[in-house]
Amino acid sequence: MSFVFYMLAALSVTGALAAVLLKNTVHCALALTVAFAGLALLFLDLDAQFAGFAQILVYIGAVAILVVFAILLTKGSETPKDGVFSRTWLVGLVIAAGVFAVLGWAVIGSIRVLPQEKAVPTVTVLQIGNALVGRYVLPLEIVAVLLTAAMVGAVIVAMHEKEGEK
Amino acid sequence: MTIENPIFVTSDQIFVLLRHWALSFLPAAWQTIAGVLLSVAAIVCIFPALFALTTVFERKGLGRIQNRLGPNRVGPFGLLQPIADGIKSLTKEDIVPLSADAAVHFLAPVVLVVAVFMGFAVLPMGRNMALVDMDAGLLFYFAMGTSTELAVFMAGWSSRNKYSLLGAMRAVAQMISYEVVLLLSSVTVVMMAGSLSLTKIVEAQNHYSFGFPHWYIFTPWGCAGFVMYAIAATAETNRSPFDLPEGESELVAGYHTEYSGFKFALFFLGEYLAMFSISGLGTTLFLGGWSAPFLFLTWVPSWFWFFSKLMLSIFVFIWLRGTLPRLRQDQLMNFAWKFVLPMCLLNLFVAGIWRFLGDGWLRWMVCSAILIVAYAGMGWGEMRRGKIGPRSYRYAE
Repeated sequence: MSFVFYMLAALSVTGALAAVLLKNTVHCALALTVAFAGLALLFLDLDAQFAGFAQILVYIGAVAILVVFAILLTKGSETPKDGVFSRTWLVGLVIAAGVFAVLGWAVIGSIRVLPQEKAVPTVTVLQIGNALVGRYVLPLEIVAVLLTAAMVGAVIVAMHEKEGEK
Repeated sequence: MTIENPIFVTSDQIFVLLRHWALSFLPAAWQTIAGVLLSVAAIVCIFPALFALTTVFERKGLGRIQNRLGPNRVGPFGLLQPIADGIKSLTKEDIVPLSADAAVHFLAPVVLVVAVFMGFAVLPMGRNMALVDMDAGLLFYFAMGTSTELAVFMAGWSSRNKYSLLGAMRAVAQMISYEVVLLLSSVTVVMMAGSLSLTKIVEAQNHYSFGFPHWYIFTPWGCAGFVMYAIAATAETNRSPFDLPEGESELVAGYHTEYSGFKFALFFLGEYLAMFSISGLGTTLFLGGWSAPFLFLTWVPSWFWFFSKLMLSIFVFIWLRGTLPRLRQDQLMNFAWKFVLPMCLLNLFVAGIWRFLGDGWLRWMVCSAILIVAYAGMGWGEMRRGKIGPRSYRYAE
């Protein structure tokens, strides 16, 4: 639990809190990007280079832009008149506390199960590549099918809109 | 392979040796961080200086292509023009629109310049001269490249200006489309070199046979990959002929309309630095990085070759800008998704064939034939569909 870890954790938590508490929706999206960046830096702190850079590439480079486009192309960029908090906030708080308790119990339980490892195992990109086309080739192909389906779906949605206007 | 004469080795490694010498004055505990700071300072000084030089070359070069002189008042042949430009942008009034989103408006050029500077960290600028030698160096470079898209969007949105927002949307759409092409054309290089680390990619190309280097551009898949990489690089940095997002005659100035003074200078700097870093990556991946073109020229320092190839790529960028007309947004997108992307996927396939056919003339013939037939066939098909015939001229009466 080094100083760097605490700084990065503070950055991620601040970004996530700002993403929920800010009034302007685009500001929320940008704060979420900061939270993503904090997570990526946490991955890099743990020497998981591939995971960290893939996080930046996918989350900040694609998902954040997608979120921002979605906000802009709908009416979400206007400040909501009724305020940003819902009226049933107590139920939401109870559910969030329950989820946090389950996750915390799982994480703390796993520390007792796994032995205290002194040396950090270095996972190179080569090992990740070998694992992807060796042991995990079926999940890889399923993800490819999913991506193809998503692309076909996007094209169909766009095409139907054009035909609907005519 | 290299001449081991100590004079040549010294001149090749002179910056590394200077760094060691400067660090030897410090206690051991400070040496790592001081070393990093020194290298970062070197990058931050050299590339903006190159940027200043490039602005003059661009204006003179474009002027000559357009049959006029470029700037020639400030200093001999206008070479001191960047100093005048720098003083102007530093002292200009910084105008922020009243309804603009002040925080995001301020942060956008900062995020752009920071993300672009980060890309320089993994480029091997000479033998042993990469700032950080990462195992996943190429992935880091592309991760930083995608962060620039967010900065462009921030600039366009925060200005509360319809034209800026339009320009930013177009820029982001263009950058996302061509990011795919950029990544796919780099993947062939990674396949053949077997590593994502840029220093290893350069070392894989640093071999010579019959005096000719094994650069990847001299292979069929490498040549096609380089052309597609160059197209994607021109689109990624919003350079002509893909500069509709900042087209001066269409959108005032696109996403940086509402920026003046130093912030505009930062955008300008960011665009040119992105050009440098993407050209640097292109030379690393396809043109052999710091390796010399012929075996008898390996005595010239490696950093000289890297920067020469970089400046050659910049010269080609300037040449393209002065020669080709601008592409419309939908033509641009069509081109990316319907022509360049299928060629990229085919190139991956061809690279695989190259690897598994083994050495000899057969693989040259097969790979070149596949690529040329595909290019001609797709081009012919698209032109027939667009009913593009021979050029016709209309003259004023």
